Amino acid sequence: MSNAPVDHGRRRFLTIATSVVGGVGAVGAAVPFVASWMPSEKAKQAGAAVSADISKLEPGQLIRVEWRGKPVWIVKRPQAMLDELATHEDKLRDPASEVEQQPAYAQNRHRSKKPEIFVAVGICTHLGCSPTYIANDFAAQVEGVSSGFFCPCHGSKFDMAGRVFQSVPAPSNLQIPPYMFIDDNTIVIGEDEGTV
Amino acid sequence: MFKNLMSWIEYRLPFMDKMNLHVMQYPAPKNFNFWYFFGSLAMLVLVNQILTGIWLTMNYEPSADGAFASVEYIMRDVDYGWLLRYMHSTGASAFFVVVYLHMLRGMMYGSYQKPRELLWIFGMLIFLVLMAEAFMGYLLPWGQMSFWGAQVIISIFGVIPGIGEDLTLWIRGDYVISGATLNRFFALHVIALPLVLVILVFLHIMALHEVGSNNPDGIDIKKDNDGSVVQTEADKKFTFHQYFTRGGKKVIVDAIPFHPYYTVKDLVGVAGFLLIFAWVIFFLPEGGGYFLEPPNFEAANPLKTPAHIAPVWYFTPFYAILRAVPDQLFGAIFMFLAIIALALLPWIDRGSVRSMRYRSGLHTANLINFCISFVALGVLGVLPAEGIYTLLAQIFSFTYFGFFILLWFYSKNEKTKPLPVRLT
Repeated sequence: MSNAPVDHGRRRFLTIATSVVGGVGAVGAAVPFVASWMPSEKAKQAGAAVSADISKLEPGQLIRVEWRGKPVWIVKRPQAMLDELATHEDKLRDPASEVEQQPAYAQNRHRSKKPEIFVAVGICTHLGCSPTYIANDFAAQVEGVSSGFFCPCHGSKFDMAGRVFQSVPAPSNLQIPPYMFIDDNTIVIGEDEGTV
Repeated sequence: MFKNLMSWIEYRLPFMDKMNLHVMQYPAPKNFNFWYFFGSLAMLVLVNQILTGIWLTMNYEPSADGAFASVEYIMRDVDYGWLLRYMHSTGASAFFVVVYLHMLRGMMYGSYQKPRELLWIFGMLIFLVLMAEAFMGYLLPWGQMSFWGAQVIISIFGVIPGIGEDLTLWIRGDYVISGATLNRFFALHVIALPLVLVILVFLHIMALHEVGSNNPDGIDIKKDNDGSVVQTEADKKFTFHQYFTRGGKKVIVDAIPFHPYYTVKDLVGVAGFLLIFAWVIFFLPEGGGYFLEPPNFEAANPLKTPAHIAPVWYFTPFYAILRAVPDQLFGAIFMFLAIIALALLPWIDRGSVRSMRYRSGLHTANLINFCISFVALGVLGVLPAEGIYTLLAQIFSFTYFGFFILLWFYSKNEKTKPLPVRLT
């Protein structure tokens, strides 16, 4: 055993160096444990964005696309439908879409990127039924409004921008998913410029 | 021969000495009332949860496809499966009943005050882990309320600015609550959190035995041995572990050994508790829809939201605070503050008199205010958030936090009554 005096500086350096190296190792070892909680490749696949061809969409027509197990509607609204959106705002619960049920780019009167193309999750915000699209005879539901969505389960009513009418069970407007246009005919649902 | 064996072990592992230290020669104040049942009852319920939980995992299937059916299988086909399951589900509610009463006891008699701050902190950590444990356990039956309750609670983390969305994704392991979420909650519920819980309970008791139990009078039973303390005949009757007298520096008065005095007394508490517990298990296992909520008898369906989502009763006081605040982020902050405020009680209360018996009338009134606020918030948390209920929840959130703010102000110069020298 050596009788050399204790070199405190050296001892402190070794203690700190060991702690730092050990700490880095501990952080590194934690990575797989933390990362394994992220969605698996399988879950990512199932939740991936879907694209739809809208070149053959006629004015007034609705098509359904499945995204993350939910029906997503795409409707091509003719000018008459768009004009009508302004006429019944006094009958709506949230005409300006103040409740965050949509990305920022859909917080407008027509609740969409392109005014004529309407994209929404086709699930009633009340209890999750899928409302029915009524293209022409909606006046029977709401006087003076010619088209909209009617939920057969509990009678909730939405206009052609998915905005909920007053005095129905649904609390908020229909949800708008993130989406973007790749070109004039192709729409990607589940991703937008902000997420890619 | 046996004696030799015992001393052979004792030399290598002082088991009997530790038993004496913590049980047979542990000095407990002689004036414990029924409020002191709830600590040992919480341990009893913990044992019940661990035991029935282990047995439930033998037939439970942790997967989105099989979970709901396997719970029904346990209920209908496994011999006594219904009993094990009801013991576990009722045990969860019983756990919170005894823990809430245990915490109230600590508040009434100032058991969180110096030198028991760390003991109180460990208790609050136990409470937090218990809430996580109960929340994750509630997802496992994979019923409608399991699913949607978890949806609501996990989305609370989504309000954290910047990282919220990614954090909820990380917790769920999917874009919605899914089998991935169920499996990780199962792992945490049956292995990770129970381990943490048992360790924390151990630390809680070690911390308790270091500083000693408080009592309804809130005065010390270990006095400085400066010659002024006169032990009565009764005090001299018992031998306490020398550790507690700190080598003659302390004199112990008005104490009785934990065993057999409080072990036997606690048995009475256990009998009373089990009477009520068994009654609920056999005649009211769903607790009127509060222990097991009606929508949970339907399998989880991501496309169909139940008409009214309410957490299980023991979360509702905090849930009511969350909903009372109009802003989502601030709602979540206030909900967590409600728990943090409790944890900070040893420092919010600046008084030196512990028990409400010798504190001001204002303090008693404030404690009553706290109880009323807590219970009222609990009731409001089950009701839908609309109209008058929202306003009431805001009022009672205000009085809940008012308890702490008031306490901080008046406790500094509180007009207290004179403390007795010995336990009454």
